[in-house]
Amino acid sequence: MIKTLGLRLLASLVLLIVVPTVTFFLQAVTPGNVAQSILGIGATPQSVAALDNQLGLDRPVWQRYLDWLAGFFHGDLGTSYITGDSVVRTLSGRLGVSLSLIVGALVVFTIVGVLLGILSTSSSRVWGRLIDVVSTAGIAIPNFWLGVLLIGVFAVQLNLLPATGYVQPSENVGGWIASLVLPVIALAFAGITGVAKQTRDQMLVSLASPYARSLRANGASEASLLFRHALRNASGPIITVIGLIFVGALSGSVVVENIFVLPGLGSQAVQSTAQRDLPVIQGIAVYFTIIVVVVNVVIDVVNTILNPKARAS
Amino acid sequence: MIGRFRVVRQFLRRPLGLTSAVFLVLVIISVALAKLIAPYDPLAQDYSAVLATPNAAHPLGTDQLGRDVLSRLLYGGQVTLIGILEAVVVAVVVGIILGLIAGYLGGPLDTVLSRLTELVMAIPGIVVLLMTYALTGNNAHAGMFVLGVLSVPTIYRVTRGAAAAVRGETFISASRVVGIGRGAIMVRHVLPNVWGPIIVNTAVLAAVTLGIQGGLNYLALGVNPPAPSWGGMVSEAQSSLLQQPWLMVPSGLTIALTIVAFLLIADALRDATDTRSDIPSSAPRQAVVEDSTAPSAAPEGALLAVDRLRVAFNGVRVVQDVRFSVAPGETIGIVGESGSGKTVTASAILDSLDAGASVTGCVWFQGVDLLHAPAHHRRAARGSGIAYISQDPMVALDPSFTVAGQLGELVARHHGLRGAARQRRVLELLDQVGLPDPAGTARRYPHQLSGGMAQRVSIACALAGNPKVLIADEPTTALDVTIQGEILDLLRRLRDDTGMAIVIITHDLGVIADIADRVVVMYAGEVVEQAAVEAVFASPGHPYTRALLAANPIASERGKPLMAIPGTVPRPGSWPTGCHFAVRCPFATEACSAAPIRLEPVANSEDHESRCIRIDEVLRSSRKEVVS
Ligand code: SF4
Repeated sequence: MIKTLGLRLLASLVLLIVVPTVTFFLQAVTPGNVAQSILGIGATPQSVAALDNQLGLDRPVWQRYLDWLAGFFHGDLGTSYITGDSVVRTLSGRLGVSLSLIVGALVVFTIVGVLLGILSTSSSRVWGRLIDVVSTAGIAIPNFWLGVLLIGVFAVQLNLLPATGYVQPSENVGGWIASLVLPVIALAFAGITGVAKQTRDQMLVSLASPYARSLRANGASEASLLFRHALRNASGPIITVIGLIFVGALSGSVVVENIFVLPGLGSQAVQSTAQRDLPVIQGIAVYFTIIVVVVNVVIDVVNTILNPKARAS
Repeated sequence: MIGRFRVVRQFLRRPLGLTSAVFLVLVIISVALAKLIAPYDPLAQDYSAVLATPNAAHPLGTDQLGRDVLSRLLYGGQVTLIGILEAVVVAVVVGIILGLIAGYLGGPLDTVLSRLTELVMAIPGIVVLLMTYALTGNNAHAGMFVLGVLSVPTIYRVTRGAAAAVRGETFISASRVVGIGRGAIMVRHVLPNVWGPIIVNTAVLAAVTLGIQGGLNYLALGVNPPAPSWGGMVSEAQSSLLQQPWLMVPSGLTIALTIVAFLLIADALRDATDTRSDIPSSAPRQAVVEDSTAPSAAPEGALLAVDRLRVAFNGVRVVQDVRFSVAPGETIGIVGESGSGKTVTASAILDSLDAGASVTGCVWFQGVDLLHAPAHHRRAARGSGIAYISQDPMVALDPSFTVAGQLGELVARHHGLRGAARQRRVLELLDQVGLPDPAGTARRYPHQLSGGMAQRVSIACALAGNPKVLIADEPTTALDVTIQGEILDLLRRLRDDTGMAIVIITHDLGVIADIADRVVVMYAGEVVEQAAVEAVFASPGHPYTRALLAANPIASERGKPLMAIPGTVPRPGSWPTGCHFAVRCPFATEACSAAPIRLEPVANSEDHESRCIRIDEVLRSSRKEVVS
């Protein structure tokens, strides 16, 4: 069991190398001059060359890549082209904001999705239809529109929650929660669909299985079949899907942070993209990948604990 | 290969899909003709008419700079739709090629490609997209190209799955024998067979891509304001949310409706191409019990009695006029080929028929007709009145729970035992079914048990409620021959110890000879003969039973499935009017096919029934054979 987990961890760590490699690869294959676009169209060739030299962009990509890797293994992600600050320092203060948002969304789409999935397992047609509607809405109402709608209704019209901005939990826990409610809903919404569908499908598979038939015929209650047996057997596949949805939610968080003006990694990412600040984008890629790796490991551990076969081996 | 025209026809028959397709075509045409039909320049500002609600001059109102919303929507759609096209084309072309290669060729290439796609799915795509926009100076096409590459896994997976599924099919192997090259086979034979799921998923991908691209445009990525885009217009609406909430509607709703259109088209395509998953679409529903015309009375002396049972699935009758009864402590064997209706009969007794089944008749148990009794009566009978063991013990136990976990649950349910008392009862039961190490077994998970052990545990589960009748559906079929004997010995011993009756369903005459007191022979949904085992073996009263015994001369030998007799069992829905066995029967006459044959007592024998009008001739010839 330890060995399997170790292998999975190793596979996850590969991601940490793959993502920066992909982004450097993009630098190598895309035409265009970064210094030029930082300085704007009116810049003189001399000033472009000077900036190229200053940022080290006049060296070949592979050399920059190796330098970057060397720094990466020492916990150094380079310095921003624009501010000259260390990337790690620029980002570390923003990590907490993004984590609050993403973990909040994870909790919400998991709980709501599983509950909806269970409800739609019942033979009643109303609940069965509900999940179809929810799954269409989950894709059809994209997070950026939902976010703006939520602000329009709950902040502007009803004045219940703040429209934008972030409050540190150390300052005011109530304010922190209030500042996260709408962003978390906007981000979680799309994920509910996938979790609910997986819950429903896997529970139905379990309920139609020979063991459910035997248990039922020998006196197990319907409630036990549903909550003890079907849900338990569905939990592995549900958790696996949650992992995939989580990766999507990371991407979504970039949009949602910008809607609600949360000072997290996502708003920094968009700003740095506009400024062509490659090291910072690269750094955010690393942070996001670490989050994915951590979640993958947690999922593997939970799945191993839940699955008696995996535990034994 | 699915006929393309049939699919198109099928698709056009779905109103939602058709409406969506029409909507989408209208959107595409009007966006393409934006130059001609847009009332204004999308960038033209008019400070005399800012933030207007819809009016005659501006059908969808104006934004904070007085620009016409409808015109911006039409022009903005160009960025959006071209972007979707680019991303989807990249994903589909690359996905199909890689998927075909991996699915059709298999081998190490398949493994590498599949690992690669897993890796791509684990990458938070947004960072790659941001990098692309930063490097290309916010180039829309580059962004959509990368988004397409990131979406390759979706199409790759369905293509690979479908291609792998058709790989083994005969027409493919045939082409290979004929010597057609691999590439040609993939394009000419595999692709046409996998395009159903691919186009369904392409439509879904288009919907998802629209959402992602809208988000990027909202962030001013891949579009340079003031140039219009649907996502960008939502962002503009946000900035004047206080003054003019209406502005959220046109852009957001256009995106949402277009996405819904793609999804509904996908749904309709899924129906039209018949790309359904094998996941059940709803929870097992109660079978419908129809009122039987004349309720019979509870039969005297019988513990369990099935009377005039008839089961139909979606209108097709699979079992009719089944009746038999079981006395306390008696063992009944129900024998028949697959498709004879024996398992459906068991399911009807157990109240576990699938949705879509309708039942008439009676299932008397201890004087109550379970079919027509209120739900709590049926619930109360489960496990403590009638218990069940199934065919394949390896899947009959819940893989996520230990033996003690599931057996304990049943013990608690039937006897209200908890804690140590429950555990004691669990161990007693495991000991009772002859497991050598009850405590050790109790701690194990099903995958740690052998087939024979698992079947013993299943039997223990069935015994948990001290049932009066045990229904055993092919309890030995999945087991080794030596284990089969042990399980039958165990059942016999348990019957003698506990006095419970057993209904054993089998296609193995050896099992019948070994354990049953009486035998019920089923053929094509009907009981054709029933009698004491010795009577049937000595002088079979129905030509079908005769043929079975003739084809299986060493009937007492267990573990041999029924030898085939010439001809096939008529399928449900195509039963003849008269005797179901007529086409295969050597005794058949015209009268046999004229009208339904009734199950009637065989002359001078109380307990022997047969569904044959030429019973006397059959018996005479049986005797003749015995004599000679
Ligand atoms: S009724 Fe006729 S066809 Fe049917 S089994 Fe008897 S003899 Fe054969």
